[in-house]
Amino acid sequence: MDSAAPTPALELRHVTLSFDEKPVLSEISFQMDHGGTLILLGAAGAGKSVLLKLIVGLLIPDSGDIMVDGENMAGLPEALWHPVRQRMGMVFQEGALFDSLSVYENVAFPLREAGGKEEEKIERRVREVLDVVEMEQAIDKMPSELSGGMRRRVSIARAIVTQPGLMLYDSPTAGLDPVTAHTITVLIAKLRDVRHTTSIVVTHRLQDGYALANFIYAPDKKALVPAPTNGAKSHSPPTRFLLLRDGSIYFQGSGQELAHSADSYLRRFLA
Amino acid sequence: MSNGWADDFLKRNVLAVQEFTNLVATSLRLAFSPPRYFTDTLLQMDVIGFGSLPIVLLTGFFTGGVLALQTYRTLGTFGEVGLLGQAVSLSVVRELGPVLTALMVAGRNSSGIASEIGSMQVGEQIDAMRALGTDPVRKLVTPRMYATLIALPLLTILSDFFGLLGGFFVSYYTAHLTSAQYWTSAYQALDFQDVIQGLLKPIFFSVVVAGIGCYFGLRTRGGTEGVGRSTTQAVVAASVLILVLDFFITKFLIGIKFT
Repeated sequence: MDSAAPTPALELRHVTLSFDEKPVLSEISFQMDHGGTLILLGAAGAGKSVLLKLIVGLLIPDSGDIMVDGENMAGLPEALWHPVRQRMGMVFQEGALFDSLSVYENVAFPLREAGGKEEEKIERRVREVLDVVEMEQAIDKMPSELSGGMRRRVSIARAIVTQPGLMLYDSPTAGLDPVTAHTITVLIAKLRDVRHTTSIVVTHRLQDGYALANFIYAPDKKALVPAPTNGAKSHSPPTRFLLLRDGSIYFQGSGQELAHSADSYLRRFLA
Repeated sequence: MSNGWADDFLKRNVLAVQEFTNLVATSLRLAFSPPRYFTDTLLQMDVIGFGSLPIVLLTGFFTGGVLALQTYRTLGTFGEVGLLGQAVSLSVVRELGPVLTALMVAGRNSSGIASEIGSMQVGEQIDAMRALGTDPVRKLVTPRMYATLIALPLLTILSDFFGLLGGFFVSYYTAHLTSAQYWTSAYQALDFQDVIQGLLKPIFFSVVVAGIGCYFGLRTRGGTEGVGRSTTQAVVAASVLILVLDFFITKFLIGIKFT
């Protein structure tokens, strides 16, 4: 019998935030195990991006705790966030690449900021992650020369270059055509299943959520294959879904529970 | 208890002044601890300093020239055309050199800084920078502040010289002064106080130029329209602040006697 449950990778307890007396998030509580995936759903303005920004420390909650690997980060002064952020990777909605820097310089940026690395080591690592996202051929291009999907992929490369354990994706497939959106979803699954990163994915596309919940990445096929359903132990904790409505958690559970829910709001949301 | 729009207006502006002062003080202080971005500072010196050189020299030259033209007529009525060199040099070194240079650099660079940083802000690049562990003030604001602090006094000196040169051309060709008459009176008229005034002003003005540009850039909201708004506000605010500051600095320095 286990002496104690392992520390969750991430835990939020009663997190509340208001902007100018308008509540944006109230009493948000959930936890994630290492290597797990959380699909964050909700209508526009429900507070999904705000929640991601709270986790990475870009916003400070009015109350509540944000535990990253057991350490409470809520209200931490900006100067102390640096080592925590090294363990997290955030992918912003439009990629948020630095448009005056080339793809190489963008991806090398976190390594240069961390300091102490020689140029050859930096170059090796940059090429390694660009290879993971299949963007090595664009290494000298500028962000303005890339398509939306390519920018998203470079943005993911930049986020994983410091090998973070926790990845936060803010609408990674928004505005992309179905084929490119699927490529990004496969990449997220690849990072989860090969590198065992804990992932939070904000998305409007339910099919991306179901894809991550019901499929796993097969390195030999370089594609998604159905996850084992009958007792066979998958090496990742099951994917969970969290739906926010007007800043509160409206639903929290598995994909199955969501799909079979009889709640009228959920049915409207899923339709 | 709210007292209406006047109350809100005052609160908003006091808050703005507080945030601006905080940004300037923080950016200056950060240069004294690592990490320091020397390359970014050099790059900004090139953009702000070297890039502004043509317009600053042109402004200086034609200002000196027109000043000589205007003063020539007045001095002529008193028969004191020989004082033309003095008239140009005192006006240019004390006032027009520093102020017009700062206004030109503000027009070119406060707007450039505000639009560049503003575009980064609306494109979530500032958030991305913070999420990647870099302090945006240290990386973006500090280099621009120090680059302007170094560049603007140097630009002012060059502008002053070109102002004197423009005044010389008018004095030589229109007023028919000799080169010796002009340059000697121009040089002798200046004392230590004038030079101090002329160099102290650019130091304060550079804080305005870079600080205002960065301040409006960082608080940009609302897409491309927001960037346009920030850019305009930055130029207007910087220009007005330069003129107001000039008045108070001049008043203050006039009261101090340097020997």
